[in-house]
Amino acid sequence: MPQLLANGIVFGCIIALGAIGLTLIYGILRFGNFAHGDTMSLGAYLALLFVGLRMPFLAAVGLAIGVSIVVAVLIDRYLYAYIRRAGPIILLIASVGVALFLRNVILLIWGPDLEYYSREIQFAVHILPGVRLKPYEVFIVLAAAVLILLVHLFLKKTKIGKAMRACADNLDLAEVVGIDTRRVVLWTWAVGIALAVSGGVMLGVENGLRPAMGWELLLPLFAAAILGGIGKPYGAMAGGLVIGIAQEVSAGYVSTAYKPAVAFAIMIIVLLVRPQGIFGGRRRWM
Amino acid sequence: MDVGGIVSYGVFFLVIVSVYGLLSLGLNIQWGFTRLFNIGVAGFFAVGAYTSAILTTPPVSDRLGGFDMPFVAAMVVAALLSGFVALLIGMPTLRLKEDYLAIATIGIAETIRLFFNNEAWVAHGVRGISGIPRPFQDHVPGAYYNVAYLIFMIVMVTLIFMALQKAVKSPWGRTLKAIGEDEMLAQAMGKNVVRFKMEALVLGAMIMGLAGALYAHFIQFISPEVFVPLSGTFLVWVMLIAGGSGSNKGALLGALVIWGLWSITDLITNLVPVGYAVKAGAIRVIAIAVALEVILLMRPQGLFGKEKTFTSGRKG
Repeated sequence: MPQLLANGIVFGCIIALGAIGLTLIYGILRFGNFAHGDTMSLGAYLALLFVGLRMPFLAAVGLAIGVSIVVAVLIDRYLYAYIRRAGPIILLIASVGVALFLRNVILLIWGPDLEYYSREIQFAVHILPGVRLKPYEVFIVLAAAVLILLVHLFLKKTKIGKAMRACADNLDLAEVVGIDTRRVVLWTWAVGIALAVSGGVMLGVENGLRPAMGWELLLPLFAAAILGGIGKPYGAMAGGLVIGIAQEVSAGYVSTAYKPAVAFAIMIIVLLVRPQGIFGGRRRWM
Repeated sequence: MDVGGIVSYGVFFLVIVSVYGLLSLGLNIQWGFTRLFNIGVAGFFAVGAYTSAILTTPPVSDRLGGFDMPFVAAMVVAALLSGFVALLIGMPTLRLKEDYLAIATIGIAETIRLFFNNEAWVAHGVRGISGIPRPFQDHVPGAYYNVAYLIFMIVMVTLIFMALQKAVKSPWGRTLKAIGEDEMLAQAMGKNVVRFKMEALVLGAMIMGLAGALYAHFIQFISPEVFVPLSGTFLVWVMLIAGGSGSNKGALLGALVIWGLWSITDLITNLVPVGYAVKAGAIRVIAIAVALEVILLMRPQGLFGKEKTFTSGRKG
């Protein structure tokens, strides 16, 4: 049990990183971005490309983040911006198309086989009684904690971070008080994609890279975002951990093949009992 | 290919177009009229196909079966069960923001696929169900069976198409359209919006379930692989959007055009050397994705779509 819990925390950190971006984009750009999972895959594969070019790992991840942000902003400028007027659902359909596009570009370039950042094999070590983790898993949790702390400082202390929270809360009001929403949109993509790519790379480190890796994460991501209350980054962090732990602990009782179904079941229960999310208090999203 | 080969390919092709036409008509009720975002088409398709297959195949020791139900009864049960799944999904989500239905439908479709994939005792897991009986097989000479099935499919599609055309023009259909165009307005007019949405969701899902049953009895083999999101859901969406959501005629024409493109690209990818098959397949999906975005940008109402009925002339 403690072992499953620890595995859940590792996986939960990865989900949380993806879910924060998803919930910010949902809250500020007003649409469920179904390409978010595949953006995680894209970033992970770009990092693989740069690692292959003998770049140091962290530099490769940094560059992958940069390139992924450029890709996301270009898609926003030249696709989503023209469709935005047609409403959130049309945007959502467009993002499903983008998801399929990205996944198949990855398949075209890298092929369907499992890829690894490194062939080096790490052995799990005891970190607590009854809990064995591989050294890189400890690194994943620490790195996720640092990133989440950075997001927290960014949202609370910087001007643009405050503007983002204001937009997520009430877009019209934010516009009225003179917040530059174009800049907020840009920053939303930047922060969301940076976190997503970090999460994607961590998933690649943990499980290896496959073209469908991010797509398969989409259900847990949405479950975490809904659990935490749409548009609420702190909710998404907690939601990610809850979903991650629930999925891993469920492996002790049902077939591991049902992990996505566990996330789905939690989501349905939340929608039934508390549709505004566990942490969403003030407003119902209707 | 000789003439006979082309004809038999054409017949097979048109039967599959009819199956997709039904899926597209079902989605049109949900999305085209009522703006219900169902991206779990594959799930309802699968429920229908598996239900009918399990109910009609002779007993097998290591999976569910042996009910020996007549074909027509199994089809009805398939449609009802598919509608029931839609009812379960609609209950927690239809009162909420529209995107929740989207994520819930994709969730149920994946859960259904995982279920059939893993629970071998239900339907042989990844191996799938084979030897699904063909209806009225004893009455038709084997050489003409596919032609007979095509005629049967055309009758089915025509009946459902005509019923839907009538329904769309009825007060019920106009209420759906009104909800799709402006939910607040429909609510203000005193319509029970959630109830109408539920009816549209369930009716659409029943047609999808029926399509699944008709597919299973024609191909005689189903496995979870058939119901992946790409071919089971996404293709149907591209068909409806290309044809023009909100138009039943568009839904059918979209199925014909897009399945035509899909089949032609399939023939082309079969010509490339085996080593490039994965790459060719990827390019094929990329092309479909790009086509979808181009349609959304250039002609959002689709090739045969119409203007709004109630709120045209209003901005936004």
